[in-house]
Amino acid sequence: MQREILRRCATRSVGPIVGLKRCYSTHPPNARLNVPIDYGTTPLLSHNSQSALKSTELPPEIRNGTTKKMNLFQAINDALGIALAEDESVLVFGEDVAFGGVFRCTMKLAETHGTERVFNTPLSEQGLMGFGIGLAAEGMRPVAEIQFADYVYPAFDQLVNEAAKYRYREGTCGRSAGGLTVRMPCGGVGHGGLYHSQSPESLFTHIPGLRVIMPRSPIQAKGLLLAAIRSNDPCVFMEPKILYRAAVEHVPVGSYELPLSKAEILKQGKDVTIISYGQPLYTCLSALQRAEQDLGISVELIDLRTLYPWDKKTVFDSVRKTGRAIVVHEAMVNAGVGAEVAAAIQEDKDTFIRLEAPVARVAGWSIHNPLLFERFHIPDVARIYDRIKSVLSY
Amino acid sequence: MKCRTLARLSLRHRPLLHPAVGGTLQVRAASNLSQRPDSTHLSFPGALKSAFTSTLKFENPETRPTLPTYRVVDQHGVVVDQSFEPDISDEKVIELYKNMLFVSVMDLIMFDAQRQGRVSFYMVSAGEEAVSVGSTSVLDHEDVIFCQYREQGAFRQRGFTSRDFMGQLLANVRDPSRGRNMPVHYGSKELNIHTVSSTLATQLPHASGAAYALKMQRLRDPSAKPRVVAVYFGEGAASEGDFHAALNIAATRSCPVIFICRNNGYAISTPTLEQYRGDGIASRGIGYGIETIRVDGNDIWAVREATKKARKMALEGGGRPVLIEAMTYRVSHHSTSDDSFAYRARIEVEDWKRRDNPLTRLRKWMEAKGCWDEVKEKEARDSARKDVLKAFSEAEREKKPPMRAMFEDIYEDLTDDLKSQMKELKDILDKYPDEYEVGEFEGGKESLSK
Repeated sequence: MQREILRRCATRSVGPIVGLKRCYSTHPPNARLNVPIDYGTTPLLSHNSQSALKSTELPPEIRNGTTKKMNLFQAINDALGIALAEDESVLVFGEDVAFGGVFRCTMKLAETHGTERVFNTPLSEQGLMGFGIGLAAEGMRPVAEIQFADYVYPAFDQLVNEAAKYRYREGTCGRSAGGLTVRMPCGGVGHGGLYHSQSPESLFTHIPGLRVIMPRSPIQAKGLLLAAIRSNDPCVFMEPKILYRAAVEHVPVGSYELPLSKAEILKQGKDVTIISYGQPLYTCLSALQRAEQDLGISVELIDLRTLYPWDKKTVFDSVRKTGRAIVVHEAMVNAGVGAEVAAAIQEDKDTFIRLEAPVARVAGWSIHNPLLFERFHIPDVARIYDRIKSVLSY
Repeated sequence: MKCRTLARLSLRHRPLLHPAVGGTLQVRAASNLSQRPDSTHLSFPGALKSAFTSTLKFENPETRPTLPTYRVVDQHGVVVDQSFEPDISDEKVIELYKNMLFVSVMDLIMFDAQRQGRVSFYMVSAGEEAVSVGSTSVLDHEDVIFCQYREQGAFRQRGFTSRDFMGQLLANVRDPSRGRNMPVHYGSKELNIHTVSSTLATQLPHASGAAYALKMQRLRDPSAKPRVVAVYFGEGAASEGDFHAALNIAATRSCPVIFICRNNGYAISTPTLEQYRGDGIASRGIGYGIETIRVDGNDIWAVREATKKARKMALEGGGRPVLIEAMTYRVSHHSTSDDSFAYRARIEVEDWKRRDNPLTRLRKWMEAKGCWDEVKEKEARDSARKDVLKAFSEAEREKKPPMRAMFEDIYEDLTDDLKSQMKELKDILDKYPDEYEVGEFEGGKESLSK
């Protein structure tokens, strides 16, 4: 996606919009914080086989195996291919998935696994969600795609009142919508405006019965998606679309899962804990690297991975150690995931007494995602950097 | 609803930008349909075989004939479809009648029980017993059923006992939903009926999906028994977006599902005139490319014949949906929370009760055939009444489900959060024992500390 944006800018400079002064991906000449994320060198991605295979979360046969370079959409495609091959009850469907999907996540799946198992649905989010719930309730493992998270709302009733409550209301009848996984591209992409940028995760983290997951990288996308598909609880799997092409790393070949409801400590530190998920983790890393250089401090970075039910223990342990916490997300600040994490931190008796500063949140403003102003809306390196400084000087 | 700007941009740009990754776009198959010069018919992808016309004329629904209503037996119990032969023995007919009777007797008792405060809520299905009992009676036991909430007859026909009904209505330990659902939200694993949820029409796309599941399971294992899904809903629910979504996806994915609409004239207080202006629900099925029939819902034989044929059709050619609109009249109030005389005349209701009622119609047919009489009627009514009353008083004495059930089944396993919340509740009960009554729950408050 990043490359696409660059390319579009290039096209524009010779196209009709010659007056456009600044492309999305450029930055002010003197900027030292808000420079574009370099996905080609970030340590959050595994740029070689060794780093991809070192995670102890991977099963031994995978760690002794090989890797393949993939971007995020290819990793998702790989996971879907594995799920379809391993389990005949897996079905993949949504709007435009048969030809490969508008983001290429379902490429070649229909050809390989048949149009009975990988198919287009009519353009109706409530319909395809209800259809998926019915499939799951009769023992299948449907993987439904909502083309953009921004368009999930017509399916909200089906997700909240049906998918989430199915097991509870069936009780001893034992049926559930647990086989259901719903994938949806989410987050800002530089030019998505109001309806191609949203991050509605907190609307789902408020719903008991749903598991809400957001990966930050191809390795995670594959492992967490396979875990979600195999999970017997309905899962909302949110894919930061800006990473589809931008995030490239070595991904283990073969079938593996990463644990749900388990956070990952990406970087150890002792002065402040940053908790985030999805794309902003890269922004957080840039900000904390600058802060560490400038202030001589060390920052711990945690990737939540599963946003609900979330891994409180890992977060509390970290904050008890550092005494300071900042939660960062793209979605607007009010009633976001940050509100829940911050409240839980201060509510936990053993963590509260270790706090040296108020828990801070860096998130989208409480506005809709405005096309022209996105760069001022989504948390950037400067805003996170500034918050690290202010939390430390409290 | 949506602008797909990004999607379109992506599509246009990607093959150029990333030939190695994106590959070439598949050309849409429909594009090899082309409009031949001087053609008399339209060959656009959106509508094939449409003849061109030079007359400017809008289709007027009012000039179209109203779809007919199929009946086998008239109001006097006289057979009007001369090709009709009962497909079951007199004993089986009596069984159907008794199931309808049971539901109507249970309705009277439970309606009063709610009025006395012995059950929190109830909904009768008076006037509509033939739709649920009749259609279910011709389905296979393995066929999957989804209900709205006025289909007690489906549960009874499948084998729900008075004990099963009362367990759910009184939310005791026998309630499958473990005290979580309102009364009348029945469900049964053994009987292949999904649990009722209050949300209207949400079960319709579930039924399409479940039907697709059955179809896929049969593709996987051709020796598996052919099965269909039947789904019930009212004419009011058909106004929900999920109705549209369900019929459309069932048609495009060729799902073996029978949509059974109970058109009883009212959605709570709203008469059909304020619900729709087309020719009922049946006329819509045709628009979705679904074979459709309208039947007299007070004629159990018509319901049976239509459903039997629909089931056969649904399984043909790899599967397809069928729509049945059963015309009835909601004789009773919408629910115990409703006084229907606030919006309709008492006389109208009395007319329906007296003149055309599914029970009396079948009874007349049975009496004419000589397999039923006044004595048998009285016996059957008394026995149903005793059965319900006995199960009711037994159910009242049963324990309620354990309190722990309130935290379970949110997820497959109890999460850490839920475990700590369960403990928090237990602590409160320990600290304030006088504030709560926990004795009626199985295991008392101790179930929370397991």
